[in-house]
Amino acid sequence: MKTFAVALAIAAAAGAQIQTPAPAQSRAATPAGNAENGKKLFASDGCYECHGREAQGSTATGPRLAPRPMAFAALSRYVRQPTGQMPPYTSKVVSDADLADIYAFLQSRPEPPPLETIQLLK
Amino acid sequence: MSTKVPVDRRAFLKSAAVTGAAALVAGRGSATAEQSPPSAPATAPIAPRESDPSGVVDVLTTDRPGGDFMVDVIKTLNFDYIAANPGSSFRGIHESIINYGGNRAPEFITCCHEESSVAMSQGYFKIEGKPMAVLVHGTVGLQHAAMAIYNAYCDRVPVYVLAGNTIDATMRRPGVEWDHSVQDAAAMVRDYTKWDDLPASLPHFAESAVRAYKIAMTPPMMPVLVVIDGGLQEDPVSPEVKARLRIPKLTLARAPQGDSGSVAEAARLLVAAENPVIVADRAARTPAGMKYLVELAETLQAPVIDQGGRMNFPTRHPLNHTENGRALIANADVILGLELTDFWGTVDAFRDSLVRSSRSITRPGAKLISITAGDLFMKSNYQDIQRYPEVDLAMAADAEATLPSLIEAVKRATSAERRRSFQERGSKLADARQKALDRARADAAYAWDASPISTARLSAELWAQIRNEDWSLVSEVGSVSRWPMRLWTFDKHYQFIGGSGGAGVGYGAPAAVGAALANKKYGRLSVDIQSDGDFMYAPGVWWTAAHHQIPLLAVMHNNRAYHQEVMHLQRMAGRHNRGITRASIGTTIDNPNVNYAKLAEGMGVHAEGPIADPKDLGPAIRRAVEVVKRGEPALVDVATQPR
Repeated sequence: MKTFAVALAIAAAAGAQIQTPAPAQSRAATPAGNAENGKKLFASDGCYECHGREAQGSTATGPRLAPRPMAFAALSRYVRQPTGQMPPYTSKVVSDADLADIYAFLQSRPEPPPLETIQLLK
Repeated sequence: MSTKVPVDRRAFLKSAAVTGAAALVAGRGSATAEQSPPSAPATAPIAPRESDPSGVVDVLTTDRPGGDFMVDVIKTLNFDYIAANPGSSFRGIHESIINYGGNRAPEFITCCHEESSVAMSQGYFKIEGKPMAVLVHGTVGLQHAAMAIYNAYCDRVPVYVLAGNTIDATMRRPGVEWDHSVQDAAAMVRDYTKWDDLPASLPHFAESAVRAYKIAMTPPMMPVLVVIDGGLQEDPVSPEVKARLRIPKLTLARAPQGDSGSVAEAARLLVAAENPVIVADRAARTPAGMKYLVELAETLQAPVIDQGGRMNFPTRHPLNHTENGRALIANADVILGLELTDFWGTVDAFRDSLVRSSRSITRPGAKLISITAGDLFMKSNYQDIQRYPEVDLAMAADAEATLPSLIEAVKRATSAERRRSFQERGSKLADARQKALDRARADAAYAWDASPISTARLSAELWAQIRNEDWSLVSEVGSVSRWPMRLWTFDKHYQFIGGSGGAGVGYGAPAAVGAALANKKYGRLSVDIQSDGDFMYAPGVWWTAAHHQIPLLAVMHNNRAYHQEVMHLQRMAGRHNRGITRASIGTTIDNPNVNYAKLAEGMGVHAEGPIADPKDLGPAIRRAVEVVKRGEPALVDVATQPR
């Protein structure tokens, strides 16, 4: 169990770059998705388990995915063929349309409040 | 049917302890004879008369049972507490503790489960630095205690277990006492205890009790078990045994230090290194260990990765680079491992995929130095030993005891030029550390207002309420993404106690209560971030906290799941390409949701929740802190994000 946690931490560290602004080209290739359905899929497909219900990420289990997710093409590639500890999600399990909805959900997540407005984090 | 036997009272008392069994056997022989068919018609019992012969004496009391002497022995070992769920196989010593011993040093702590007794003892030690005794039945009690003993064994914590047993089969009461007796009680836990014994006499008990303490407290520290016979506890101490009673002097063994040659070689490697890294797991056994580690790191200006087996290194120190550990290890030319549970896992990456694979993450030629008492004592059956680490210099020694000589050796080996180089390195590390702290605060802002509440928000709200108190975190931090380590300021040894050791779930709540018991006399505010799955193993420990007025603030990380297992199931489902929507079956704790506040309230603990709106959390924790400051336990149930 401890090894699993450590391994996930490695994956999290390795995936720290997963949340980067999408280049213009990739943005153009982003399919339209339904954010509301994506929210449901993010929960039912278990994405939240490692990345949190708001995709805020965890240093222990999985990196932050939102807001401003990585380019859809890169995300899709990683979901199908992960190189770290993340389990693979084939199109049989999560269809391309579902993935587009999940991506729309990630894009819809609000920015966090400005740090200077959070008294507890000053 | 009467078993009254005509005896000479003086002769009986003289030989009772030694020949009591024989006397009673004789008595039972008479009783058996009486069981033969009566030759005369049965008559009603006849009331005793004053004129009854004075020679017929049934000795029913004793002023000096063996249990009293056992208490004398235990008192010399300086136990403050002894935890137990009551059991008849140790009723003799139980009575001696509370009456003869005055229920002081040790004071009896009533537990509702033996797993709680042992885990409390584990948590207690990690604050107090000395063991708390535990009493269990040699059979069913030890079976309950076994998992917790295993955790303590893996965590290298000395738990001192006394197990009751009735060895003489002819003396056992019919029925349950047979069920609760065993030939070799220790066999069940021998694979994960350091030493055990079954004393055959009171003098033997004294020697074994003291020896057990010494063995438990010698690094690597581990649980020990002494089986105490019911007859030895309950029978009178005969004059001839009394004449042989003495309590041996306890002299604890000094922790073994690394040999001077190896220490000098380690110092040479560390001083010459451009990118040395210090990794600590169970390194700081005491506050001194933390001080030494800071001194070594500052002398070298080397980054420290605290793996969290103990409170090793201040979290805000400029040289604490735990968050960036893997990158530092990958770039290191010398890695010093101090009491690492898993050196192999520290320097290798393992991929849990359909085909499991691993690879080294270190640079070619990187030198690995290990100092661990783990190399001095190892057992084979249970595999907490982890993969074999290929190191370049291994000291089979206690890291904390070796650090002073290593620090001196490093200082001697450091030239002025190297010292300048160290300062430059330290300056860069301090900048990087500040950036990491800033990044942690920024990361915490994500999902700040989410419901269920984020673990970052939970940690920040909790910190706001305790930061001005003398606090002690008595729980693990892994399940809340280590947020306390990223947001709080830990700079005292008692502010963190590490983890369970063996990852046996059910450790958390009782270890927190045990640590809080140790913190009580220092007036510290003990804080437990309490997982829901762990809570459910043996929740009776909250009654123990209330009954013994143990101040403890528990804030629940209630993600309504055995979340680690949810992720494992999801991994299997993904790997098997069968869809992952059913991973919650068998892994979640919902439908219905457990009302932990009501559970705690039912056991006399102040409780609130479940709280799902982050705005309500701070005030609830504040109210709970006020209760705890009055000397009582309090619990705030919080519906949280998974990690």
